[in-house]
Amino acid sequence: MSTRTADQAARIGETRGERLRRVLSSRAASVVAIVIAALWTIPTLGLFVSSLRPDEDIRTTGWWNFFADPGSVSLYNYNYVLYSDSQGGGLIINLINTVVITIPGVVVPVAFAAMAAYALSWIKFRGRNLLYVGIFALQVVPLQMALIPLLSIFSSGLHIGGMTIIPAWDLEGVNTLIQVWIAHSIFGLPLAIFLLHNFMRELPGDVMEAARIDGASHSQIFRKVVLPLVTPAIASIAIFQFLWVWNDFLVGRTFAPGEATRPLTAVLGDMAGTWGFGWTRLPAAAFIAIVVPLVVFLLLQRYFVRGLLAGSVKG
Amino acid sequence: MSKTRRISCLAAAASVLALAAAACGAPEEEDNDRGAVPDDATDCANYEQYGDLEGETVTVLGSIRDAEADEMTEAWEYFQSCTGATVEYEGTGEFESDMAVRVDGGNAPDVALFPQPGLMSNFTDTLVPASEELTALTTEGWTEDWVNYGTVDGTLYASPHSSNAKSFIWYSPSFFADNGYEVPATWDDLIALSDEIAASGVTPWCAGFESGGATGWPGTDWIEDIVLRESTDLYDQWVTHEIPFNDPQIVAAIDKAGSVLQNEEYVYGGTDTISATAFQEAGFPIIDGGCAFMRQASFYGAMWPAGTNVAEDGDVFAFRFPETNEGDNTMLVGGEFVAAFSDSEATEAFRQFLASELYHNARLQTGPWSTARQGVDPANATTPINQFATEILTDPAVTVRFDGSDLMPGAVGASSFWTGIIQWVDGDKTSQQMADDIEASWP
Repeated sequence: MSTRTADQAARIGETRGERLRRVLSSRAASVVAIVIAALWTIPTLGLFVSSLRPDEDIRTTGWWNFFADPGSVSLYNYNYVLYSDSQGGGLIINLINTVVITIPGVVVPVAFAAMAAYALSWIKFRGRNLLYVGIFALQVVPLQMALIPLLSIFSSGLHIGGMTIIPAWDLEGVNTLIQVWIAHSIFGLPLAIFLLHNFMRELPGDVMEAARIDGASHSQIFRKVVLPLVTPAIASIAIFQFLWVWNDFLVGRTFAPGEATRPLTAVLGDMAGTWGFGWTRLPAAAFIAIVVPLVVFLLLQRYFVRGLLAGSVKG
Repeated sequence: MSKTRRISCLAAAASVLALAAAACGAPEEEDNDRGAVPDDATDCANYEQYGDLEGETVTVLGSIRDAEADEMTEAWEYFQSCTGATVEYEGTGEFESDMAVRVDGGNAPDVALFPQPGLMSNFTDTLVPASEELTALTTEGWTEDWVNYGTVDGTLYASPHSSNAKSFIWYSPSFFADNGYEVPATWDDLIALSDEIAASGVTPWCAGFESGGATGWPGTDWIEDIVLRESTDLYDQWVTHEIPFNDPQIVAAIDKAGSVLQNEEYVYGGTDTISATAFQEAGFPIIDGGCAFMRQASFYGAMWPAGTNVAEDGDVFAFRFPETNEGDNTMLVGGEFVAAFSDSEATEAFRQFLASELYHNARLQTGPWSTARQGVDPANATTPINQFATEILTDPAVTVRFDGSDLMPGAVGASSFWTGIIQWVDGDKTSQQMADDIEASWP
């Protein structure tokens, strides 16, 4: 009895936030959350189970039949899609390509964004706000619109009225990776600068002033004061950029078209063969494609949630 | 280390292990159909005419992928080793959009294998017309019908590459022999035989139009086959839009297809299963007597389950779609056209090589393939069905018409025609409604 009255008393005095927290952490809410999580995981589970079944089984029965006869586990499909030297396999090369594309595709824009965000928030110069608004506004330009013009700058250069502004790059083979890195950096920068700028603006000005009185230059302040303070923000932006670049299909397909440079996503759809008869390879191939982002997400989910909140709730 | 952290690490470790476990060496290739490159094609003396192309590279883009692409590049191997040129092939499942992006972006491949002549005509501004030598090779190697499909506004741009015979009906020779059925010669015979088979308790027809994003295309081939057999002129007027899509003659042809495809007595599993049955597997019931016929192109020969004997005296084979009018000798075809965006010496040599009899004979032997190149020996084909198809395709007496949906504008041939067929076969639209709607979508 006494606990109940205490409980009621708590309810009367609680704020809206406390009430929300109580409702969301109740037992019923947990059950609902678990049910939703299970429902959302079923397709992935099915994909995983399918990827372990032999071709013949995938073709004739649904993946749930696996549990009736679990004896038929086969790694053949993984083996085939990763290491076959046929056109419908050899994903290991594309996996490496994706890694090679992703690492500079994340490091370069995040590094530039951090420096740009610092400059935009703590260095006073003419036109700073205009520049910031300009970068912010660029976010609304869909990258699909820039694909073909950018590709044409890479392959035939930029000419205005007969004057060559940028000569043709004439990249071939493996060198086309440079185009992908640049494209990913360009497309990733506006959002990264915007988010990091928001974080850096929130840092207390006293810290900067104290550092400046001690004789620190801008580059020292950036490296020794600001970077350690915004590490969580940089981590969450890096994860976002990583997932975006890893899962990207369009940019990789457009700028690195050759057999030697195509990323994983660009070949996934083509693996089924001319007449789509090799679709039984797709579960294994798809699973190879999602394993790395899955692991990254699981290891860094703390930062991920923080990054999500950064976009919606400032501070 | 927190509990969730530990679980995550475990998951990470498990996935790394899984990847490593799969890494037990390259899988063994078990392709029985794949032959060897013939002696003629391995002799470098036959490549001397192409000159020394050491250090040159030709990039090729096509829609051919997987095993077919391996077999094709195998036939190119001696061109590369004898001339010193490098040919880089890239197969894409999104040929149409990739082509547009690359040409607009100034990054076009040297050579493109266009599966649709209609698509090729969009790029005539940047395409390199055929040289005199290539024109001579093409007119010598293909019948006039074929050369016309590589020609835009009087200029020859492309020589044909592979060819599929599309007007084929698959059947089981053993089932026919057991029951004393004869291969029908006319449409009326075909319907009479279908009735006879239906009366014996077997559903005569198998059909499946599901094909992922391209669902419906097997149905468009049905209509095309019937229109072509009404009259070749009607077919030409129809695909070039000289007559509207909802012309009464076309609607009648759709109704004629409906006499099979919308007939509950005729279709295996019922007419409402057609749109959901994958075309790749639709014909499998023929093997165990579930149905008697399925209309599908010659390339279907590669899709039968392992162990099926695809031969005139085997488990399954195909006969030609019967003619409606006496004396007609028609064949609906598909294939690719070799067009070039570069006029380099190596590209020109490679185009001439792809148009040569030497190449077509070699390609016939590296894997299941069929061609319309005059002068090849059909016996070089690796499978009986491809030999049969090549015999028909190289016969100058056969009137050849290219797959109409590949000649119509993309908004019809790769869109409203497909969806229209599906709505029609599902019974949501009558033949007239379907034809009216497709006509309205014609750009």
